[in-house]
Amino acid sequence: MDVIFARLCEAFVINCELFFVTLLFAIPLGLVICFGARSKFKPLAWLIKTFVWVIRGTPLMLQVIIFFFVPGLLKVNYGINIPTFGRFSGAAVAFVINYACYFSEIYRGGIDSIPKGQYEAGEVLGMTKSQIFFKVTLMQLIKRIIPPMGNEIITLVKDTSLARIISNKEIIMMANEYTSKGLIWPLFSTGLFFLVFVGALTLLFGYIERKMDYFR
Amino acid sequence: MAILEVHNIEKHFGPTRVLEDISFELKRGQALAIIGSSGSGKTTLLRCLNFLETPNKGTISVEGKVIFDAADPSTQKESEVRKKRLHFGMVFQSFNLFPQYTALENVTLASKLLAKEREDYKQNKNRILMEIEAEGKALLDRMGLADRADHYPHQLSGGQQQRVAIARALALHPDILCFDEPTSALDPELTGEVLKVIRSLADQKTTMIIVTHEMAFARDVADQVIFMDGGVIVEQGPAQQVIDHPVQERTKQFLSRYAEN
Repeated sequence: MDVIFARLCEAFVINCELFFVTLLFAIPLGLVICFGARSKFKPLAWLIKTFVWVIRGTPLMLQVIIFFFVPGLLKVNYGINIPTFGRFSGAAVAFVINYACYFSEIYRGGIDSIPKGQYEAGEVLGMTKSQIFFKVTLMQLIKRIIPPMGNEIITLVKDTSLARIISNKEIIMMANEYTSKGLIWPLFSTGLFFLVFVGALTLLFGYIERKMDYFR
Repeated sequence: MAILEVHNIEKHFGPTRVLEDISFELKRGQALAIIGSSGSGKTTLLRCLNFLETPNKGTISVEGKVIFDAADPSTQKESEVRKKRLHFGMVFQSFNLFPQYTALENVTLASKLLAKEREDYKQNKNRILMEIEAEGKALLDRMGLADRADHYPHQLSGGQQQRVAIARALALHPDILCFDEPTSALDPELTGEVLKVIRSLADQKTTMIIVTHEMAFARDVADQVIFMDGGVIVEQGPAQQVIDHPVQERTKQFLSRYAEN
């Protein structure tokens, strides 16, 4: 039993790695996508909006498969030489792009929800555009996006198990090996790993929300 | 000499004419009230003065110097507009205080940011910041809010928030202080405390433009009154003359509706 627990822990490291890598890159990339979609250069804005639609409109599992297999297929069938991804990096790239698109929509909602009067008040006080962003609207934006971001990030924890579709040995795949040997409880127990992780995140987000409770 | 001269301002949003041929002058130390029904262009005029809207025609001069000329793009450069709008202070109908800052921080924020552009900022940083802080406190004191300096906007009543907003506008020492319906978002109860503050500013000869629906207040406090309707100035003159003895038919109609209420 100790052995099984140790191996499940080992496998859960993959879930954690995918989780943190996705957050690290998707949070800033989401900002880039958000600004792109708001660009005054309409063709760029439309291109990015279409891209976000495709990514949000198709299953993440399918995207993981595509990012992993398509570069190799192009190479073999058409001799197109683009870099291929490993099992982990393929999953990570798909996750980063997918989550960046979702985050960009959260940012957009946050930016749109800040009253125009806040910008105008900054302007008439002689502030520059960047001063208005950093000193006036940023904190309000962060406060507004924390709850939806928390939601999305909790979903990400559980989505990491989708990486098994391209044979990343994450926790559910590991537990499933025991199932095929007739042992079902390891699979059930994986739920606890996710529960504990999500529990910790819930506490963290609750703490941040309380920290920002001093203004409305 | 007039501190503010506005000549032939015109503004349209698409095909809709919001302002047409607006011209007026304002002398230093005078209070000007702009009255008129909703949609008559009062607020847009104020927003033009504060560079929140760009007029399609006309000029705006402060102390004889043209700061805006619709025909001259060099007067509309982003970097210079930022400095030029400091001639004007603006108090909004909806206060627009920054929610994450205390009353005092709201008042001092812009001054602190502007101080960074001063050449002697690095050497005298602490002294400059202390001066700004002290001035902010003095301003809140003048607004009767000395004990509210550390409160956040959501902890203040509407009237208190608006007084903080007035202090915030005064902190930058504008030549002309603009009020956009400063009491329209307030209960009648809270309206009084804000009007009292504006009245005391008028007594201290602050140059002001007040867009308002408070006719009695405009009559008592303002030196000049402009009545606008449909984007044009229908009548302008000394406050008591325009409000008590209007000449134009449209002004009479407008004022009689107020008298009925």
